Amino acid sequence: MLEIVIRISLLCCSLSMLGLIYRVIKGPTVPDRVIALDAIGVNLVAITALISIVLKSHAFLEIILLIGILAFIGTVAFAKYLEKGVIIEHERTR
Amino acid sequence: MNVLVNFLIGFFILCGALLCLIASFGVIRLPDVYTRNHAASKAATLGVMLILLGTFLYFFTLEGHVNSRLILGIAFLFMTSPISGHLINRAAYNSGVKLWDQSIRDDLREYNKKMLNKSSVD
Repeated sequence: MLEIVIRISLLCCSLSMLGLIYRVIKGPTVPDRVIALDAIGVNLVAITALISIVLKSHAFLEIILLIGILAFIGTVAFAKYLEKGVIIEHERTR
Repeated sequence: MNVLVNFLIGFFILCGALLCLIASFGVIRLPDVYTRNHAASKAATLGVMLILLGTFLYFFTLEGHVNSRLILGIAFLFMTSPISGHLINRAAYNSGVKLWDQSIRDDLREYNKKMLNKSSVD
């Protein structure tokens, strides 16, 4: 019973990733695409957790934290690039 | 006892997956960047947190293995996902992305205009 539920959940997560990929391709502005990519990263976390249940191993659970951190850093960098045009600013002239 | 815990795990995981699916529908169907971000950064976060909670319960009951990284992952996602949503939304507003043409209020623009007038008077 639990296995069927987990398979159904994997299907739901995959479908939602497909919808987000549609938004990445079609999205009219750049922030649309960034939002969709961030949500894809978050869905990837969910898929990693479900796959580690299917394989009955807790070797992949570090990957969850890693993907979360990388998605956050990428989104923050992109937001700063969109707002200011640079990611790491120059130091002011002394 | 075991049946009850299995039911709880299945409930958490199924609810999380359905919330992810609903978030993706929101991202497809809603009209502008701000509403799409509203869908993506709330529903997807809650969905993934539920799935991680179900996974934690699964490994806890099946193997008696308390995985602290999952708890840390839940806390990290809960802290950072709204922040990244806020940052990308502010970047979208400041880089001039239009609101939906049927939205009727833009308080931030009024505020910016007022501050600009005040600074020019001073």
